[in-house]
Amino acid sequence: MSAYRCPGCGYVYDEVKGEPREGFRAGTPWRAIPVTWCCPDCGVREKPDFELVMERTPRGA
Amino acid sequence: MTTAMLEAVAWKDGKRHAWLMGLLIPSLPLLGWALVAATGLSVFWWTGPIFYFLIIPPLELLIGEDRNNPPDGAVERLENDRYYRYCTFLYLPLQYASLIGSAYVVARGGLSWLDVLGIALTTGLSSGVGINAAHELGHKKPALERWLAKVALAPTAYGHFFVEHNRGHHVRVATPEDPASSRLGESFWAFLPRTVVGSARSAWNLEKERLGRSGLGPWTLRNDVLNAWLMSVVLFGGLILWLGPVIIPFLLIQAAYGFMLLEVVNYLEHYGLVRQKQADGRYERCQPQHSWNSNHVVTNLLLYHLQRHSDHHTNPTRRYQALRHFEQSPQLPSGYASMVALAYIPPLWRWVMDRRVLAHYQGDVTRANVYPPQRRKILARYGAGAGPRD
Repeated sequence: MSAYRCPGCGYVYDEVKGEPREGFRAGTPWRAIPVTWCCPDCGVREKPDFELVMERTPRGA
Repeated sequence: MTTAMLEAVAWKDGKRHAWLMGLLIPSLPLLGWALVAATGLSVFWWTGPIFYFLIIPPLELLIGEDRNNPPDGAVERLENDRYYRYCTFLYLPLQYASLIGSAYVVARGGLSWLDVLGIALTTGLSSGVGINAAHELGHKKPALERWLAKVALAPTAYGHFFVEHNRGHHVRVATPEDPASSRLGESFWAFLPRTVVGSARSAWNLEKERLGRSGLGPWTLRNDVLNAWLMSVVLFGGLILWLGPVIIPFLLIQAAYGFMLLEVVNYLEHYGLVRQKQADGRYERCQPQHSWNSNHVVTNLLLYHLQRHSDHHTNPTRRYQALRHFEQSPQLPSGYASMVALAYIPPLWRWVMDRRVLAHYQGDVTRANVYPPQRRKILARYGAGAGPRD
């Protein structure tokens, strides 16, 4: 599970929490997010612009 | 400490108290009412248009520009100072008092249709600039500010702006796909229906798509377009129940004039400017050169630095008091208030602005966002090689 940050405004998409308001349930992996999806806070940067901020190893791995 | 840090600590915002001027516009309907009561002169029902079209444009030219930026080190302190957001919050009670007070005056009767028109336009100015307050609030992350944005949009029935502006306009700004970015050769009167219809349709589709990902249809109160429109239904319905259907024309005129004001400002902000497509098919990032700016201080104070538009599009969540002037951004010859008057008269607008768009693209008109019905004529006039894009 990882987290990705919008380089424009600092919004973070965390795979663990998802973004239910946007229709992404908790646990939705980053690769399942549509490529045209844009930052829900600033609306300026899109998925390909996001930066990986945290790589988490699944428990027990 | 470095000099830059010392400078940031010592820096004081010269405009701090001047931001309260933004509350003047939502006060105009009440001020007009008071002036009529005090003098008996019915011309004061027209306080809004008089202020906006006769007083502001000369003041704008007289007082001129302010290109000062806060030092980088002072931005965080400036953004966190809650005083500035209270200035925008206060817009709302005044806006509502003006709308309700004006509706009451209209319903009381004894006015000529000309008086009612003046009241409706003065109220429309307050409601329309309320969209600017909503704009500032709707870009922020705290839920309270986002909710207040919808409240400020209710008087113009423009609740969909809350969705479309952030998720539609900001994503597609200065591209042919954006209904709210005007094109070289497109008159304001051609732009108006395109942006009004296109923006509402786009907002609906954005919410439909968002809710669809959760397996919901668009007919739910979780749809931000619907719940924001519902606020207008409640507001207008409540006023009509209380004061009677006699206020319906007033309500419609003030709402239409209000959102027309927003759309004419939209028209100014990106006229003819366009982002180029990259090799990967995406548009280049929105840069300072994709918005028209103005540092005319009077309108900047009335519109919460909206005219520092390049910084706003680069950093939409940055608070108004911290927006910066960028040297490399294209500048309008005057502030928005004067330019709005110009936009209503298309030949005058094009005479002033087309050459500026052309100069911005170093004479290469093919790099501009050209209005398709005028494309052939514009290319012929500005002498650019018609090329494969024609």
